[in-house]
Amino acid sequence: MSLIHILLFSLFSLVTGWLFPARWRVWILLVASLLALFVLQTSSPIRSLDFWLPLISIGLTLLVWGITVPKDGGNRLSNLLVFALIAGVILAISLTRYLGDYCCLTPSRPPQLLPVIAAVGLALGPAYLISRSKATGRYLSWLAILIILALFIILKSPPIGLATSAALRGLNGQDVSLAGHLDLVWLGFSYIAFRLLHVLRDFQSGRLPAFSAGEFVTYVLVYPSLTAGPIDRSQRFIQNDLRSAPIISPSDRLLAGERILIGVFKKFVIADALALVALSPQNSLQVGSSLWLWVLLYAYSLRLFFDFSGYIDVALGIAMLVGIRLPENFNRPYLKTNLTAFWNSWNITLAQWFRAYIFNPLTRGMRASSHPYPVWLVILTGQTITMLLLGLWHGISWNYAIWGLWHAAGLFIHNRWSDWIRPRLGSAETNRPTRIGLALGGWFLTFQFVTLGWVWFALPDVRSAIRVFERLFGF
Amino acid sequence: MKALALFLLLNICFAWFTPLSNLGRISIYNRLVPGRVRLPYADDPARSYNLSLFDLDAMFASHEIEARPKPDDEYRVILIGDSSTWGYLLQPDQTLAAALNESGLTLPDGRRVHAYNLGYPVMSLAKDLLILSKAMKYQPDMVIWLVTLESFPRDKQLFPPLLQHNPGPVRDLIEKYGLSLDTDDPGFTEPGIFGRTILGSRRALADWIRLQLYGLMWAATGIDQDIPSSFIARMEDLPPDNSFHGLKPLTLSPDPISLDVLGAGARVVGSTPLLIVNEPMFISQGQNSDIRYNFYYPRWAYDDYRERLASLTAAQGWPYVDFWDAIPPSEFTNTAVHMTPHGTAMLADLLGEVILKFRAQVQ
Repeated sequence: MSLIHILLFSLFSLVTGWLFPARWRVWILLVASLLALFVLQTSSPIRSLDFWLPLISIGLTLLVWGITVPKDGGNRLSNLLVFALIAGVILAISLTRYLGDYCCLTPSRPPQLLPVIAAVGLALGPAYLISRSKATGRYLSWLAILIILALFIILKSPPIGLATSAALRGLNGQDVSLAGHLDLVWLGFSYIAFRLLHVLRDFQSGRLPAFSAGEFVTYVLVYPSLTAGPIDRSQRFIQNDLRSAPIISPSDRLLAGERILIGVFKKFVIADALALVALSPQNSLQVGSSLWLWVLLYAYSLRLFFDFSGYIDVALGIAMLVGIRLPENFNRPYLKTNLTAFWNSWNITLAQWFRAYIFNPLTRGMRASSHPYPVWLVILTGQTITMLLLGLWHGISWNYAIWGLWHAAGLFIHNRWSDWIRPRLGSAETNRPTRIGLALGGWFLTFQFVTLGWVWFALPDVRSAIRVFERLFGF
Repeated sequence: MKALALFLLLNICFAWFTPLSNLGRISIYNRLVPGRVRLPYADDPARSYNLSLFDLDAMFASHEIEARPKPDDEYRVILIGDSSTWGYLLQPDQTLAAALNESGLTLPDGRRVHAYNLGYPVMSLAKDLLILSKAMKYQPDMVIWLVTLESFPRDKQLFPPLLQHNPGPVRDLIEKYGLSLDTDDPGFTEPGIFGRTILGSRRALADWIRLQLYGLMWAATGIDQDIPSSFIARMEDLPPDNSFHGLKPLTLSPDPISLDVLGAGARVVGSTPLLIVNEPMFISQGQNSDIRYNFYYPRWAYDDYRERLASLTAAQGWPYVDFWDAIPPSEFTNTAVHMTPHGTAMLADLLGEVILKFRAQVQ
């Protein structure tokens, strides 16, 4: 999101929250989110892909809604209207093709109208038919999960992404030799996919309430959290925020404005400044001494926080202006005194997602096994698999996998250490100097551990990451 | 509301007091990190850990020349000129100034020659004059001004963005030395009231911050220019065109070239010795080399320029050396004036001899 986007979304949200009655809110948010999906999409060198990807996001969202919506009807007319509105918005965006340079809703010229009409039919039709069918969606929900995971793997795996890009270029009659995995930049897919997976899993376990199509699409694609999250829960978002008639007081608006300004400052001043001196594949080879390498690594660590949390502040502020309280995603993570606390305060909604859908079911299953496993093994297995998957969520590469395992090891060691030290500390824990010493030591170790872990993140391959570790420690 | 009011007030105060020029003098260079060995300039800031900015104070504050008062045992030589002097495609330790320092020249009175690189990669004598006027406060013992014909055309004098964004000092120079340049050049950027606020000055402020941050990278890596592993070599075969900036043979009429700017430079340095050097250039042996010396110059124009420059410097009594063909063609890189490290070292040897001879003559 650029500064212009932030300004436009803020003004739009301010006017929407101020002037329009609450009953119109879902409709306004829906249309705005659909438009934002196209406007924010990054351009792609593959012809028209920057139009088709948002369309697929919409199709996928409606498909999941169709699968998970209760088969006892609901407000069919309202849902039909939503489908018609979505189709209308997409067609209207595609018509900007004929305005030449006068309109700029999409990063490149939209495709011809006929293919768009066909694609809209393909994206919306099956979803609508499935929503009307009597069959329960259990098998279809697994199929949807598989589709989402397959798309995820294509996007996050450089070799598969490259092959896909080449195939798409071939289909378009473009030069295949120019294909690159970064051609497939899909706005917000990581977050959209995790919202959809959460809905599908809750549906499978019977914990999903009924949502209208409009509510559901707005939840998945809501514009403030398209680019960087957070990953809200559908139940909270729709039942608490979307269905309530929020009273947005002047002080709420000021708070929202303050939050947006803080976010802009964090992202565009602090993070962008730190980016100039942050560790990168290029400068890691050029730095003259270990000391400077540490400086660059700290800059990278801080930059990540200010960049990500700045975007989250902006998202939360913009959402507040329309009466939506998105969940917090950061809570001073770099001040935490142990790794468990760090993971309770860094990218909170993602960590909660993994806890709810990976760690908890896994450890619950192991505990409930007929041959009970020892507690340490349950924890080790749970944390290793969870953190490994969390690492791979960022990209399917050895570096991200090692980063996940790095944190799994840290969490496991902290867990064992806590269990071991607590009884031994006894009354000393209540002693103020001991408490302060432990807190300072814990903070130092945690921050160093997390920051060193970012080496796997910042470098493109294992060999260069190891080289950086060697230089950091003077080898 | 309080914050908004404070922000507005701060902007008004900023516009009123215009503290940007003073801010430019505040620098982490020469304090927290070493000063740069050449003025900040970059085609690709992210890869060069460097940037092009327009704040002359900030540029000088980042240079090593700002570091400390001149030591007693230093014979301070300032080099001004274009990208060739600045050292395009050369590492910081391969530039002309670095090569001169490397040669360890010592004067008979025991002072060691220390050359400072104040070249800047744009071809314009007015740009050199502006830098020279700022550099004189650093008490040079000698100024070496490396020039080439491409820096002389009058229509090129005010085009560099560095000059366009510093209309005040440029106008002062034009008026003080009666230069035949337009004090109301349409390209001059004059900030209005909004332009002087924090919001209006955000580009200049961001540049200043970036310059300081890149100082850390300069200290960490010693890199100030992204030098590609390969580049397109200077043109050997030339077009059959004998025009120069719209002029046709046989002579450059006096008006289109700014010889008066050289005169202004001689007045700016005052009693400080000024050596004018016609810098080396690539001489092609390829197609149409009977018409042109290289991409920049048809033979007639360059010959006439050399003649005029020699006559002018002789008439004015300005020390002058002509190194136009002193460096073999194989020592030029991507343009007719950019040299290899070896070519630059060759020039430094020649220049070193001239400095010592010149110094002996002055004494």
